[in-house]
Amino acid sequence: MNANGVVNQGDDAMADRVGSGPAEDHVLDGNALAGRLAAVFGADVTATPGQCAHCGTVTVVGELRAYVRAPGAVLRCPACGGVVLRIVETPEATIVDARGAAQLRFERR
Amino acid sequence: MPDSISWRLATVAALRDETPTVRTFTLRIPGWPGHRPGQHVDIRLTAEDGYSVERSYSIGSEPERAGEIDLTVERIAEGEVSSFLHDVVVAGDRIEVRGPIGGYFAWDAGLGGSLFLVAGGSGVVPLMAMLRHRARVPSPPSASLIFSSRQYEDIIYRDELELLAARDDRLRIAHTLTRSQPSGWTGYTRRIDQAMLGEAVAPLGNGVRAFICGPTALVETAANALLRLGLPADRIRTERFGPTGT
Amino acid sequence: MSDPFVTRGFVGRREHGYGGGSLAVRTPPGQYLTSDFPVLSAGPTPRTPLDRWSFRIEGLVREPRTWTWDEFQALPARDWTVDISCVTKWTKLDMRWRGVSVDTLLEHVDLDPTAAFAIAWADGDYTTNLPLSDVLNGQAFVAWEYDGRPLTPEHGGPARLVVPGRYFWKSAKWVRGLRIQASDEPGFWESLGYHNRGDQWLEERYGGD
Repeated sequence: MNANGVVNQGDDAMADRVGSGPAEDHVLDGNALAGRLAAVFGADVTATPGQCAHCGTVTVVGELRAYVRAPGAVLRCPACGGVVLRIVETPEATIVDARGAAQLRFERR
Repeated sequence: MPDSISWRLATVAALRDETPTVRTFTLRIPGWPGHRPGQHVDIRLTAEDGYSVERSYSIGSEPERAGEIDLTVERIAEGEVSSFLHDVVVAGDRIEVRGPIGGYFAWDAGLGGSLFLVAGGSGVVPLMAMLRHRARVPSPPSASLIFSSRQYEDIIYRDELELLAARDDRLRIAHTLTRSQPSGWTGYTRRIDQAMLGEAVAPLGNGVRAFICGPTALVETAANALLRLGLPADRIRTERFGPTGT
Repeated sequence: MSDPFVTRGFVGRREHGYGGGSLAVRTPPGQYLTSDFPVLSAGPTPRTPLDRWSFRIEGLVREPRTWTWDEFQALPARDWTVDISCVTKWTKLDMRWRGVSVDTLLEHVDLDPTAAFAIAWADGDYTTNLPLSDVLNGQAFVAWEYDGRPLTPEHGGPARLVVPGRYFWKSAKWVRGLRIQASDEPGFWESLGYHNRGDQWLEERYGGD
């Protein structure tokens, strides 16, 4: 936390490989957000299947294409590119917008 | 809060240089719950004024080494965190760590099926955890690694990989060096492509579980190639590291 | 809650101006100066060919107006040198742009008296919202050149909105039009916890700031 109480996710944006290359080179996957998502959902979600609300494709969160060099993190469907999850960290809260996910399935062990 | 979500204070127990630009940090973590090969941790660095950054690093060590983990980190010139780790951190320093994280990109020998690994550069780290774990298991499944590096001196874990393969005729390792090769080099000399993957995966037969890790472009190429070679999509797991430094 | 753990020897890589003085004064609160031009993106880089590109103003106007790329280039253009701040904390001084003022664009439509907001939309399904009062009177322009060269796709080319008085997420890359409305409509980041207005001098980063 910095003095504003904010995790500098902007430095995820700068990343260890800052450059002016195309966004495609910097596409990661849901594994890169696993820790942040686990802190929110209380469990590892990389193996959680989610259904894309745009095209209906079911993929696990670990396979979603992650764009982390932004004011927030955006996870997109690998099939249609539609936004499935968005995550923003503010001083008070972590905000997860899941309207792009028609369904997330959390299996019980 | 579950163990893997809270931040813990790890102590740097040892450092070892793997290549001129890659160093392994052994972290001792009290109360470490253990991990599955392939998982990673988040680390957090905080300056005195509160400025903080977080990064994810794959665990290179096998879970059988209790209470400690190895993070193998490539020093990227513009990298704020990797250059700090290489230039400042010494044994005895403490670093905040969260994890283990990532149940999707994980393998243990009990899963069954043979193991096909594709690595680009520091993408080999989580796959090394799998191979080191596999080496501790009696009668492990067959395994094959295709490993792309820029040049001979950059091959992370080079000697240990040679040793693992020498001791186990059911483990095959093929290297490709994409930028330059030493004289007498008999390995591949081009970027990973479908032909190379096809040659490596064919001997494994059916029931292959594939794990691909490295720069995004390499991962995409390899994943698509394996699909075209007939591997089912749910048997291919990927972890993208983003672009490499040049 | 206990004090956060401080990592020995870590200061981070931040330029704090070039020794204070006039440059420090030009750095908004909480920002650090950079000489890079970082690429931030929420998705794949759109690459609309110029012969398919258009810019449109619609909504509470008497008649919507659309420009093709050639028509857009024929508009009176000028150069701007401005400082830019991104909410991810970097500020870059003296960025040189060339393009057309939003005032000039709005001269081609008749705004309804109830018009109060401009919602900018862009390729890649990105939107951001601005009160008209934030984009009039020279406060906003649509740029197609940066640093004397055509704007590259990574940085929002062929054309992007630039609103120097606001955090850079309001300067929509790959902008394709403005929809004029009487009511506000939070955009891509505004609807997800970022500040609705985004004035970097008041450090309006998040909703509730």
